[in-house]
Amino acid sequence: MSILKSSLSPKSAQFATNKAAHEAAMDSVRGAAQTALDGGGESARQRHVSRGKILPRERVSRLLDPGSPFLEVGMLAAHGLYEGAAPSAGMIAGIGRVEGQEVMILANDATVKGGTYYPMSVKKHLRAQEIAEQNNLPCIYLVDSGGANLPNQDEVFPDRDHFGRIFFNQANMSARGIAQIAVVMGSCTAGGAYVPAMSDETIIVKNQGTIFLAGPPLVKAATGEEVTAEDLGGGDVHTRLSGVADHLARDDAHALALARRSIASLNRIKTPDVALQSPEEPLYDPDEILGVVPADLKTPYDIREVIARVVDGSRFDEFKARYGTTLVCGFAHIHGMPVGIIANNGVLFSESAVKGAHFVELSSQRKVPLVFLQNITGFMVGRKYESGGIAKDGAKLVTAVATTSVPKITMLVGGSFGAGNYGMCGRAYSPRFLWTWPNSRISVMGGEQAAGVLATVRRDGIQRKGGTWSAEEEQAFKKPIVDQFEEQGHPLYATARLWDDGIVDPRKTRDILGLSLSAALNAPIEDTRFGLFRM
Amino acid sequence: MFTKILIANRGEIACRVIATARKLGIETVAVFSEADAKAKHVAMADEAYLIGAAPVGESYLKTDRIIEVCRKSGAQAVHPGYGFLSENPAFVEALEQAGIAFIGPSAKSIRAMGLKDAAKALMVEAGVPVVPGYHGDNQDPEFLKSQADEIGYPVLIKARAGGGGKGMRRVDDPGDFADALKGAQREGEASFGDGRVLIEKYLTKPRHIEIQVFGDSHGNAVHLFERDCSLQRRHQKVIEEAPAPGMPEDMRRAMGEAAVKAAKAIDYSGAGTIEFIADVSEGLKADRFYFMEMNTRLQVEHPVTEMITGEDLVEWQLHVAAGGALPKTQEELSFNGWAFEARLYAEDAPKGFLPAIGTLEHLSLPETSARIDSGVRAGDAITPYYDPMIAKIIVHGPTRQAALGKLLASLEATEVAGCVTNVGFLAALCRHDGFSQGDVDTGLIDRDLETLIAQPAMPGDAIALAALKALGLTKPATGADPYDTLAGWRLWSASRQFALLEIGGERRDVEVHALGHQHFAVHLEDGVRDYALVRVEGSGITFETDGRRAHGVVVEANGGLTVFLNGNAFTFGLTDTLSADDDAAGAGDQLIAPMPGLVKVLNASAGDTVIKDQPLIILEAMKMEHTLKAPRDGVIGEVLVSEGEQVTDGTVLLALAEEQDDAA
Repeated sequence: MSILKSSLSPKSAQFATNKAAHEAAMDSVRGAAQTALDGGGESARQRHVSRGKILPRERVSRLLDPGSPFLEVGMLAAHGLYEGAAPSAGMIAGIGRVEGQEVMILANDATVKGGTYYPMSVKKHLRAQEIAEQNNLPCIYLVDSGGANLPNQDEVFPDRDHFGRIFFNQANMSARGIAQIAVVMGSCTAGGAYVPAMSDETIIVKNQGTIFLAGPPLVKAATGEEVTAEDLGGGDVHTRLSGVADHLARDDAHALALARRSIASLNRIKTPDVALQSPEEPLYDPDEILGVVPADLKTPYDIREVIARVVDGSRFDEFKARYGTTLVCGFAHIHGMPVGIIANNGVLFSESAVKGAHFVELSSQRKVPLVFLQNITGFMVGRKYESGGIAKDGAKLVTAVATTSVPKITMLVGGSFGAGNYGMCGRAYSPRFLWTWPNSRISVMGGEQAAGVLATVRRDGIQRKGGTWSAEEEQAFKKPIVDQFEEQGHPLYATARLWDDGIVDPRKTRDILGLSLSAALNAPIEDTRFGLFRM
Repeated sequence: MFTKILIANRGEIACRVIATARKLGIETVAVFSEADAKAKHVAMADEAYLIGAAPVGESYLKTDRIIEVCRKSGAQAVHPGYGFLSENPAFVEALEQAGIAFIGPSAKSIRAMGLKDAAKALMVEAGVPVVPGYHGDNQDPEFLKSQADEIGYPVLIKARAGGGGKGMRRVDDPGDFADALKGAQREGEASFGDGRVLIEKYLTKPRHIEIQVFGDSHGNAVHLFERDCSLQRRHQKVIEEAPAPGMPEDMRRAMGEAAVKAAKAIDYSGAGTIEFIADVSEGLKADRFYFMEMNTRLQVEHPVTEMITGEDLVEWQLHVAAGGALPKTQEELSFNGWAFEARLYAEDAPKGFLPAIGTLEHLSLPETSARIDSGVRAGDAITPYYDPMIAKIIVHGPTRQAALGKLLASLEATEVAGCVTNVGFLAALCRHDGFSQGDVDTGLIDRDLETLIAQPAMPGDAIALAALKALGLTKPATGADPYDTLAGWRLWSASRQFALLEIGGERRDVEVHALGHQHFAVHLEDGVRDYALVRVEGSGITFETDGRRAHGVVVEANGGLTVFLNGNAFTFGLTDTLSADDDAAGAGDQLIAPMPGLVKVLNASAGDTVIKDQPLIILEAMKMEHTLKAPRDGVIGEVLVSEGEQVTDGTVLLALAEEQDDAA
């Protein structure tokens, strides 16, 4: 294999400037992450612990194998939404090892508004289930939730991708042999009761977990019957009388151990459909990514500098290196797993798009997972290109990306604008995982461009009516548009809405891709049948 | 020379004898009890025979069985080792009758030295010094006083029938003699019904120095210099050395000559030891040593003599027993350097040296720095049937200081997991100021016992290593998958994990954060400490913390962990959440009819204390009798049915009173 050579010096001034800018971008994410880690805040946490319950992140840690990594998904979901009431959207989701197997863990955080489901909570829950389903990962639900957040019921209950979809997914995953294990560690009311009820195997904590369709207040209101929560739907009732739960646990720790025991008996073997190699560290330190990538999205740089710091041994077999050079394609290994990498190195031309489509075909033929390093301002515009059929060629790439069956993982390393987002496997193209760097921006087009387009339309309108528009007036018109695009294109805005699976530290790109790939390899790679390519 | 011998012993001494026999091309026959079927000595010998059950009285002391095995195997001689039958004249005679040689002295010699008083008298006759004293029948106070004056103060007045310190008086001043005598007589009379006393010189600072002697059947006898065995605890030797520290040449010569004289007095043949007590209140003096007793066998501590003389005493024994003359004359014998032997035992020093048992799940002895005489291997068990010795750690160096340093280093490198050992106590002795300067006496250990058995406080490093090990963070990744290799990986925070340890019987969840590759923060009682693992090799872990580099070893044993750190072993239990009283969770407070039926027998009434699984009710249903047992220990709160009553399924039959700690 060919070894990439870096031409950047970690000692240069540019390197230091870049690094500082990335650090600053990361700081804002770290702050948000800390809020997420704190959950519902100190007093809520203390209340939780005082009831003999283990905090949700600790539950996840104790559920995992010792030393297991945890690839958290949607950590900053709902960041800044609901007036900051729902850090992490009130739940923790992610992939880790339990009894030697990669599983999806979903843990309600009862310190956040009693673990109730905000709209983003539902979206996150469904996203985690989607990941589990696509990648064939057993699900463990650590349930501790009061159910739907009532003030937001209209955005939680009725629609297709609302609360009911959770149980639809459970039933269908179970049908596909994807284990559904629930551990009831707190409330599990109303719709929430179906999480344990729909699970393959359910554990409930004695004198702590409760499952009922209607809690004591509602029962009293409806029928006048007075009953305690424990007598209505406690662990004893459900393991002895109702059979809604299968195992009675003494406490949280025991319940988690029982969940591990369930996973241990799943009798499944991970058989990756790819030829694995011994992993090798890159020749270049992944930490240098911060220095080699310019902070300003407008500054061009060679994406191979990033690839050299991500792939095994910095080895990269480039495909069609001399053709359509604004899209870099090639084969490499990450943590020993083979990947086809498609990375932007400038604006997409027809040649680049066609080359990309070809490479997707190649990877699909060989069943090699695809990694997209997305930094795209869009497809080239202008008469020459339109008449050259760039829309047709772009469509080829989009078709290939949309219909390939190999696992796709997208890393947003810079801009994600316009149709480039589609061709480079944006969210709508169902990558198995989509991660984003803190310096990235996502919007239909750049803020400046959008403001420019709108200003042109505006000026045309004014001039048609015979009016004039001063430069100052135009500037004043453009500013709020630019500001809006900047705010809405920011990764924190994006991740809060689950447009991605999380903002990541660029230095950890290799590890995140490795963990994502390994998780994806739990599902067999099916044969691909592409859609029609417009010629 | 013999071509085949039987070793009527077990453990390290059997292995030791087999090693020399093998060197000389002599075939070996081992005998073993049922408990020793897989023992090291059995594995080492050319042949091995089961001779009985585990208790020594049913196996290793069975003369007839052993002689039968000799006949069966064709062994021409028996090596008795030490202990067991080694000083049993009847055994020697039985062998003689069977025409089998005994590798040791004659029955007559053993008998001569077997009775301590007679032996002393014999020695006095032979001109060997004994502790000055009066053991006669004249009990006249004036006469006794004159004897005391002659012996020289301080003296000890002892009730002749005495024991346990009763009827014993130390007299430092002649003026106090009369009163002390009366006291001793009174106590003797009261305690033993015998007011007679004896008077002996009181040694304020005694040392146990013994001389290794060897005789042959041709009338020759030599000594192989002395051993100092003053480090004793309740007459059990702990660390022995040769030569004796501070020994003047004239005293060595005098002791050697006295020992040879003693051996010759009983026509001694084979290896023997003359034990002396030396009065070192004014240093070692050539005229201040006294005969105590003779051991007519090879001693446990013979290796220190071997180390300084370069002789193989077992080889000598075999040679002499086969009728050969002593391999060397006194003039040809010399010694060089210094040797120590420490006895590693499975015993709990802080708990009064309580013998311990257990499986040696991990055993790493310092074979590179020391000679190890051991009868066990990793995986072997220390059983309650036999001496709980694990190994003798024997070192040799050019000087006492060098040898002692080597001993300490060897002890610090000794790793035993699976049962407690006295290694910490032995190491503490090596660090003892008096001992390291050679200022020893038989009272040393008792005097400083408290500091010698002081348990080192559980160091944070040990807890940290145990926690990291428990979390699987010290082992190299088992696979190449990133879920294997990226230990503790998290997106935006350090991973927080909890090692569930039991320290001194108490559950303690130790929080560990992964800070980076092989880099962790461990929450200890005195704060959070950083640990960087520099190297992990097998169970050994080199780590950096607090700006210092250290090394520890962590092994799994007894379902827990043992951490070896700075020569100490620290044990941790591991909490298995599932195994801990698993049923308790399911065990309700009620007994419920599993199906419709008739209450045939009711064996409970309110207020009864019951234990888990105690049968309480027999329910007849579907022509079968179902016994319903107590779901847990407790007190019956209420009985809700009576005998003969027909019940439906799900009926609560009785309820246990609520548990106290459940309510809390």
